[in-house]
Amino acid sequence: MTSLSLSSILPFGRTNAGLSGRRAGLRPAWLTSWFQVGPLAVILLVLFALPTLLFLAVSFFDYDRVGIYPAFLLDNYRDLLTTPATWRVYVSSLKFAVIVWAITLFLGFNIAYFLIFHVRNSVIRMVLFLLCAIPFWTSGIIRTIAWIPFLGRNGAFNTMLLKLGLTSHPLDFLLFSDFAVVITYVHLFTLLMVGPIANSLSKIDRALIEAAHDAGATRWQTMSQVVIPLAKTGITLGSMLVFTQVMGDYFVVRQMSGGQSASIVSMLSTQIQAMEYPPASANAMVLVVFVAIIVGIMMKIVDVRKELVK
Amino acid sequence: MPGVSEKRPWTFYALATLFAAFLLFLYGPMLVIYVLSFQGPNGGVTFPMVGTSLTWFRQILQPGQMANIPVSFERSLSLAIVVSVLTVIFAVAAGLGFRRRFPGSGVIFYLAVASLVMPSLLVGFGIGLGFQFLGLQPSLFTSAMGAQLTWTLPFGLFAMFAVVNRFNRSWEEAAADLGASAWQRLRYVTIPILLPGIIGVAMGAFTLSYDEYARTTLTIGPKNTLPLEIYALISSDTSPTLFAIGTLTTGASFLVITFSLLLVVRMQRRRGKTTIEAG
Repeated sequence: MTSLSLSSILPFGRTNAGLSGRRAGLRPAWLTSWFQVGPLAVILLVLFALPTLLFLAVSFFDYDRVGIYPAFLLDNYRDLLTTPATWRVYVSSLKFAVIVWAITLFLGFNIAYFLIFHVRNSVIRMVLFLLCAIPFWTSGIIRTIAWIPFLGRNGAFNTMLLKLGLTSHPLDFLLFSDFAVVITYVHLFTLLMVGPIANSLSKIDRALIEAAHDAGATRWQTMSQVVIPLAKTGITLGSMLVFTQVMGDYFVVRQMSGGQSASIVSMLSTQIQAMEYPPASANAMVLVVFVAIIVGIMMKIVDVRKELVK
Repeated sequence: MPGVSEKRPWTFYALATLFAAFLLFLYGPMLVIYVLSFQGPNGGVTFPMVGTSLTWFRQILQPGQMANIPVSFERSLSLAIVVSVLTVIFAVAAGLGFRRRFPGSGVIFYLAVASLVMPSLLVGFGIGLGFQFLGLQPSLFTSAMGAQLTWTLPFGLFAMFAVVNRFNRSWEEAAADLGASAWQRLRYVTIPILLPGIIGVAMGAFTLSYDEYARTTLTIGPKNTLPLEIYALISSDTSPTLFAIGTLTTGASFLVITFSLLLVVRMQRRRGKTTIEAG
């Protein structure tokens, strides 16, 4: 080190020594970071934080059929939380979220593990990974309704079962049911689990696994005490994405449950279409708080930031 | 590293089977819609096939009463390209900035996390409300683009964390020691090394934008993007046109991905060669 880095004197936390320190005489390193991160931060503040504060404010407003009026009322929240339908839809969404999370975690982890540890050729690995990714490029809406001719009463799956003699009559529960909703979610969101977990796994030093093996660890011990702890950042990120996607779902439940279930967001969009902005805002705030609590718990268990930002 | 000749453990076969089953699950319903998109002119959205035809592909090109696919496709494509370029610029810059701690880094990190996990429709709702309060008309390259950036930027940033983590700082320092300016370091050292990751961010952002529905629906204004047109088609009547769109999209995806893959493989080869020459 040639010069004393400015930021090591100022109470701005640790800085990475090296390049940043060398140029400290010209410009403090953190200022460079500000220039680099600034545009992203401004966009997120203006287009994400500000609108969120806006509907937080509107959620206390008064409204009638003509317009909305600034006020500080808790009525919107009271109405929302005292309606049994609200609780029903939260319970149902939460149920879907937990089931889908468990399935996608199992599939996602095993697929990522297979791709990273078992496929030895990097080109083949990339091809297999892309093969998983290609359906992602087709509109989620089309991928959702693609299940209709597949699972329907006269659909491909029932036809196959009948031909194989596995069933004497077409199965009805396959489509427009909770089963169909879960299948569609898994189809849509498993990749969100594979990506982050594969990234975590690929950073694991193979020597650690060899060492565990040499030290007499069984396959399962290596997995539970070496691989999984080192993959926890990816697991957490994937879980966050899948969980919030299911909680924020707009389309799948509406299309695939056959009207048996509703989703929080489709309930909300009905209110928006009716221009009932204050109750819609209250509804949105409750969902935001709920998602924030769950994500907060996940991030409390695993410090994602420590792993990602060195 | 185990040698290639080494016998595969049983877990390999178990996981390979699981992977194959997953691909089958992934492509099963897709295959059904590929087949049904060639449905005859009198056929419907379910089996049986009533002859085969290209009717539904032709339908895509004709502006219909309910939806105008070609125009909305153009809109989606141009929006996705712009969003992808902006995401690359801002997320790559921010990814580089996050390599050192700076005052406010924690706040911005959690802001990005929050933006990533925010239920999509709510972002659009907030922005839509904002535009309404300001008396602005929502449109493709203002509110809709903004809504999409709140999703692609955090995604890009997180992808960049993964890319940047593997980047060895001493390469940049070596360049600086050899007298490279900040710009030269970026242009000849940092960017080339990060390029595969940057291409990944661009492709990811493009995909997220091109397929985005829930954030866009309340911020788009009067002129729909493709996913919104598709949604309109579904709510009106279901015809195999939707499946034809799916078939075309997948075909195009295969082409683009094959092309990118060849590009990446070539780049890696070239890099391998230069490393050997340099060493």
